[in-house]
Amino acid sequence: MPLRATHRDASQATVVDLSGKITLGEGSALLRKTIRGLLDDKRIHIVLNLADVDYIDSSGIGELVSAYTTAKGRGGELKLLHLTKKVHDLLQLTKLYTVFDVYTEESAALNSFQRSA
Amino acid sequence: MGTDPKHLEITLETQVESVNLAEEMCIRVAESAGFGEDDCYKIGMSVREGVINAFHYGNQERPEKKIHLAVDLTGDKMIIHVLDEGSGFTLASVPDPLAEENLLSTSGRGIFLMRAFMDEFDVVPGRTGGAEIVMAKKLPLQDNPGTNGQGGQDASPHQGA
Repeated sequence: MPLRATHRDASQATVVDLSGKITLGEGSALLRKTIRGLLDDKRIHIVLNLADVDYIDSSGIGELVSAYTTAKGRGGELKLLHLTKKVHDLLQLTKLYTVFDVYTEESAALNSFQRSA
Repeated sequence: MGTDPKHLEITLETQVESVNLAEEMCIRVAESAGFGEDDCYKIGMSVREGVINAFHYGNQERPEKKIHLAVDLTGDKMIIHVLDEGSGFTLASVPDPLAEENLLSTSGRGIFLMRAFMDEFDVVPGRTGGAEIVMAKKLPLQDNPGTNGQGGQDASPHQGA
């Protein structure tokens, strides 16, 4: 299933709801475009909701890392929410689970921005 | 799937669509060989990463070059070969993506994932002069589909494709 991305404003951050696959080609490109669009719009606190993302390849992992570092470079933060088992296992395998801030509850992810803002 | 050896070969264009095509094809072969869902995912992901490697690093995304994919089902394992038409590489030259200094790299995890997901993995010089990735997964035991042994040995290079 191709990646779909919608975003909504929630208190201190913008939540991006993703569904589908983040893989080489359109999936990775859409994620990049979405994140850059938000950052250009000064929405620098971002939560990526990955509840409906069940597949990520190395290109998608690279795009998540790029989103994370780009947000940080603009003075913002990017956090991950609702990892599926496959994505969770992949981030653990690649040691990125310790790099990203990962949440299982949206409220906790949003509150984390209030603490750090 | 019986114990008769089976061989399948396909030549792919150097384009993004080839990645999905190769993955889907190998998942179908893996399913027919009796692999369970988790192993099919790992095999599919490994093929995807192998073809991405050939597409991007080996063939440098040049459309005049081809990617050669071969799958062999022997009596005890599924062996996958991905051959590019680049200039080749050695595993020793591939940076460790788990090293602290590489953790935030936006690329360089494909080889790592193939090694993690397959029982056997190696890169050998291919007949085209490019790199040939050779990787294998042990077939599930007939009484216990979806399981597989743990390997880690080097795979044998493909002969005569």
